[in-house]
Order: sequence, then C-alpha cells, then structure tokens
Amino acid sequence: MSKLHSVRLPHFSGSAEQLTRKIPAPEIVAISMLQHIGAPCEPCVAIGDSVKIGQKIGDTEAFMSAPVHASVSGVVKEIKDVMNVGGRLCKTVVIANDNKNEMSPDIKPPKVDTREEFIKAVRESGAVGLGGAGFPTHVKLAYDRSKVKIDYLLLNGAECEPYITSDYRELIENSDNVLSGIDLVMTKLEIPKAIIGIEADKPQAISKLEKLAIRYPNISVQRLPSAYPQGAEKVLVHTLTGRVVGEGKLPSDVGCMVMNVSTAGFIYGYVKTGIPLVKRRITVDGDIVNSPANFFIPVGTLLHSIVGFADVRRQPDRIVLGGPMMGACAFDPDTPLGKTNNAVLLFGNTKERKPSACIRCGRCVRACAVNLMPTELESAYDARDAEALEKLKINLCMNCGACSFVCPAKRQLAEKNQLAKDFLRQSKAKQQGK
Amino acid sequence: MNKLFVESSPHIRSAWTTQKIMLNVIIALCPALIMSTYIFGIKALLMTVICCTSCVLLEFLFNKVTKREDTISDLSAVVTGMLLAFNLPVDLPIYMAIIGCFVAIVIVKCLFGGIGQNFANPAITARIVLMMSFAGAMTKWTAPFSWKDGVDATVSATPLAAMSGVDFKELSLGQLFNSTVTGTEIPSIMDMFLGFRAGCLGETCVAALLLGGLYLMFIGLIRPATPLCFIGTVAVLSFFYGGCDVNFMLYQLMSGGLILGAFFMATDYATTPLTTKGKIVFGVGCGLITFAIRQFASMPEGVSFSILVMNCLTPLIDRYTAPRALGAVKPKKEGKQ
Repeated sequence: MSKLHSVRLPHFSGSAEQLTRKIPAPEIVAISMLQHIGAPCEPCVAIGDSVKIGQKIGDTEAFMSAPVHASVSGVVKEIKDVMNVGGRLCKTVVIANDNKNEMSPDIKPPKVDTREEFIKAVRESGAVGLGGAGFPTHVKLAYDRSKVKIDYLLLNGAECEPYITSDYRELIENSDNVLSGIDLVMTKLEIPKAIIGIEADKPQAISKLEKLAIRYPNISVQRLPSAYPQGAEKVLVHTLTGRVVGEGKLPSDVGCMVMNVSTAGFIYGYVKTGIPLVKRRITVDGDIVNSPANFFIPVGTLLHSIVGFADVRRQPDRIVLGGPMMGACAFDPDTPLGKTNNAVLLFGNTKERKPSACIRCGRCVRACAVNLMPTELESAYDARDAEALEKLKINLCMNCGACSFVCPAKRQLAEKNQLAKDFLRQSKAKQQGK
Repeated sequence: MNKLFVESSPHIRSAWTTQKIMLNVIIALCPALIMSTYIFGIKALLMTVICCTSCVLLEFLFNKVTKREDTISDLSAVVTGMLLAFNLPVDLPIYMAIIGCFVAIVIVKCLFGGIGQNFANPAITARIVLMMSFAGAMTKWTAPFSWKDGVDATVSATPLAAMSGVDFKELSLGQLFNSTVTGTEIPSIMDMFLGFRAGCLGETCVAALLLGGLYLMFIGLIRPATPLCFIGTVAVLSFFYGGCDVNFMLYQLMSGGLILGAFFMATDYATTPLTTKGKIVFGVGCGLITFAIRQFASMPEGVSFSILVMNCLTPLIDRYTAPRALGAVKPKKEGKQ
C-alpha cells in the first residue's frame, strides 16, 4: 500500500491533559438555523415564546438537514439574519437565558428497536458530524442498502490539526459512550467491523480505547501516523483500509462509513438520555492564551463570551474558528458558535504575510495528500484556464492547506485552489448556458 | 476588542522561507570556497566576492530601472554569483567574469521574470556563453598551489583532458595515490578527491562539495534523486566504457564539474523537474549527455551542456511525469465532431 504525502506540523497540544470545564452560563445564545451541510431549518418558535433546553426550535422537511434545539432555557428575544461561522447569512434564533436550566418535558430516550427508528432518532437528535464538516449524521446512516454494502465503520480520532484536542478529551473522558455508540451503530446498521483510528501521538487515548475495546470483538483500535492531513476522510479510509475513494465518490462507494469519535459518543448519550445536540466540547487555545483547555459550551454561545472568560495575555487581533490549517477567521466577535465548532483559537501579533515569487521548489507537490500540483494549479488559475484546472483535477483538492503551509514563498496556494474551484464551476455553468 | 484580522486558511506556516533556503545553499557552498581559496589562493575568494557583488548589484539595478520590486534580499543572486565563480578559471580577467554575471542575472534570470521564472540555470548558461566567447581565457587553467611559489604557473590541460592518453590498468596502486610517480600529467586519486588539480575554481574539491551536498540533503533542501542518478549514470557508463576499470570510473567522477553540477546545479529548483520521477529522468539524462560529450565529442567536458539541455527539456519532463491524483478518473475522450 503506497503512502500518501503528508506534512509534519507542530502540535501545540497544551490543552490535551486538562479536564473539560464548564463555561459560565452565557446571557444570550444565538442559534443558527444552518449548522450543517444542506438545507437550513425554519424556526418553529416565535419572538416572545419561552423555550426549554432540548426543545426543538428549527426544523425542515428537507432530507439533507438536521433540526436545531434550544441550548438554554429562556425567552426568544429575536429572530434575525446573522452570519454563521461559515460566513453565510441565515436565520438565527436569539434566546435570552433565564438561568433556570429547565429541561424540555419532551426529552425522553427514543425508541430505537429497528434500523428505521434508529435513523429517525438520530435525525431528531440534531446530530451532525462533530469533526467540523457538519454532514447530517442521519443522512450518512440512511444509505441505500440495496446498492451499498458497508464493510467498515471507521471512527475518526485522528485530530490531526494543531491545537485541537476536543476529540482527544472525548476519547479520554467519554470512552465508554464512544465504544457503546460505535457498537450501537454497528448493530443497527449491521456493519461487520469497526476500526477506531487514533494518531500515534495520543498514546493514552490509544491504550484506554484498546483496553475497553477488548469487550467488543469486532471493534479494533489502529494507530495512525502522526501526520497531516491524517483526519481527512479520503486519507483516513486509505490508511485504515487501503481503499481509494475515487473522484466524485463517497466512502460508502468503497464500503466504508467514516464517523467522528465524538459523534459516536454523542449518539449513544442521546439514545440513553434523549438530550439532543445542545452542547459540545471546544478547545480554547492560541498564542495569547495562558491556560489552554477544553470547555463544554451551549450551542449558540457567542464568540465574545468565550473570549471574555478565556485567560488571555492581551486582546486577540485574530480569532480562528476551528483548527489553524482549515479553520476560518471570525469577522465579528458576535458570531455564534455552532455544532461544528471544535476550537476557538485566539492569536495576537498578527502580521500580514507578503507572498514572494514561486521558486518551484516542489514542496507543495510533495505535501499534497491527493497528489495534486498546487503550483501548477495556481498558474492555471492566474491564467483563468478552466481546461487546465480541470485536467489538473482541482475538484479533488480538500483544502487541507498543506501546500500553503510548506510554501517557502508564503504563497496562498490553498486559497487560490478554492477560488479556482469556484471559477471552474462558474465557467462550466456559462458553457452549459450557451 | 480590536478590529479582527481576517485571512484565508491555513493560519500557521512553516519556518522555511526563500531567503532561508538560499542562505543554506550559500552555507553548503562554503566548504568548497574555503578549499578553493587554499588550493588556488586568495584570488579564488576574490573572484567569488566579485561575482556575488556584481550579481546582487545587477539584480538591484535591473529591478530599479524596470521599476520592479527589489528582490535582492532573497539571496538568490548571491547563490548565482557563487556558482558562476565556481565555474570559472581562477585567473579569468575580471571584466569577463562581470560579463558572465550580466548574462546570468540580467539575460537569463531577470529578463525571464526573475527568481523561479528562468528556464535555464543562470550560472551554467553564463559559463557556456563565456566558453564560447572567450575560449582561450576560459581554458587557461592554473596549477594548484602555484600561488605559494609566486609564479604564474599554468597547466595545459585539466585531468579530464590529460586522461585520454592514459592506460589506467598500467598504473599501480602506489602510482594512483602519489602523483609524483605517475609520470603522467594526471594527479593521484587522493589529490583528485581533495581537489589538488587544475580546473574551475570551485569544482575541484570533491570532498568539500560532497560535504555541502550531503548537508543540503540532510536538511531536506535537495532531494537525492537527481545527484544520485546523474553521478550514477556517469559511473556505470564510464565503468563499462573504460573496460570495467574502477580507477577510470573514479577519475571520471571526480574530474570536471560533475560533483559541483550534480549537487548544486542539476538540483536548482526553477530549472529542474518538480516530481521525483521527473528528477530521475533529469539526472539520468544529464548523465547520458555528460558521458557522451566527454567520450565522443570534441570537448573534454560536458556537464554544463548536459544540464542546459536537460533544463530545456524540463517542461516536457514535468508534463509526462505529473503525479496521478488520488482516485482521479481519466477524462473520457470526446468523440470527434
């Protein structure tokens, strides 16, 4: 099995050995109707309504979606358009916290006897991929069994980005639920085998999971090389099974289903308690943070309330939501955090980078896990050459950022790739319109 | 809160910069420079300093005149200056060296768009232009250590040129390791390794060049593929061409500019292929051409020409050695309309 290209990154895992803490209850939460890939929800509450924790406040008929729930108890103050973490404006329900922490009376463990009931329950839980992409989990589970046979459930515990340790803390603090969740998914979907992939730089998590996995003969733990982008779906499938997810294909096309370890842990918790996805664990770290750690935050917590209690040396001038390789910079301190946020990174002393000319050193070519040639892609995009971009397979770029990271000329290769994808889409649409 | 700074991901970058890369190449060339100064005298150091200064100055002036951004701080002009000086006889008239710098920096590098844009190696091209223009001065070799005697001793030929008449099988081991008893014009193997021979000022000391080359490999700046394939090809071909004679092969490897070329010029980023497969093709190609020129052409040395020819083939090599993207499907051939 050939090894894919990767890059070595610094770890900055200062938050790894800290027990996950609670944050002071936020005054208000702003719950976006779009916290997943797919169709946004419609609010099913009105201004002035009182809501309780776990009460559904947004849903949609669309299949490719996941409902959202109130994460605090209180009163709906506003329903307005707010920019979500992905930079999209969408309807957002703002709830003033009454600090009573009342749980919704509807909360009860769901009935999950059959596969259909299980998938329906997962949908109701609002579960989305907690690794960051936010793919609605029930959509993944509801694959067409007449066409697709899943051989492996692959659990992504790679957590290959620097700083982030939220999945690691899940593996350490919630290991029983993670394993039970995996077992549950396997049983309900009749998947014969599961492999938990954890990067080799997390030996404690590996040994803990290995010990617990003895009880489950069909679940194994596999050590992954500590190299970026190990946690990318295609890379993980390749490392754990040797299978190659083809262009335009999904892991299910090669008999694999990839799920984040925290998602598995959450699903089990939901089936036991009936509490939907209203809180999650995030890492708060960055070069101005004195005591990096993980925190449980209610979904919809505003960014500035995290900055407010974080132990920082100075005010941040750059806030990254997610990891430093793929995360996005926050525009506005009032951005509400969602289900897919696994980290908030606070940085100071930011200087603008000035790119210089490409020296053709080939580092980007050797860094690309999917074997693209970022420097050639950049030239093709600069020339607005749609044909060359297509030939160079721009659509396979996963935007992992490895090319930009290694570039000695500090060129924005990953950014150009994203622009190039968009350019190619537009020029194709134009062509078809003719 | 301050106004937030926004940029696209990734938000962290590796510590390597163009300047740091060039600085390390300069460091890697220093052992050879020191040995050269020891072998050919202070003139060698002077020649190198003059070439570097001219190159930097010319690049600075070019950017000033054409109103481009100043790029001398990336140190690539210094590397070009050093490499060009290494490819010149130590007693070359200064004005010729400066003409070489002009060719390298202005014509080959800047006119094609500056760093990374040139298709041919500036130092190699400049050397070839000088060879064609000043054939006499470019082949007037200075004997090693002649600076000690204070006489201007020139030798007629480099070992590579002198070798053609020698039957290596006739030489005993003692003769090979002690030049005074070989009775021919060729230096001993040990002298060849240490660079105590006539030749361009930076190409003679194999030991120092190897040290620099290995340093660059160790810190990951250059990949082993090109030098290995280049030197390997010359080694294998020379071995069989010389009638399975190891000594002949060793002389071939250590003479001329092979080691300098293989480690420092055939590994130039801008003018050589991007992928490992491409680098192998490039190295083997260089080796073949070098061997062919050395043995069958009228010139004694072929390293510069081989690299220049392969530089020209690089875009083609890059096209045919492009990596296959993971899981990529071949585009369907469109039917003829």
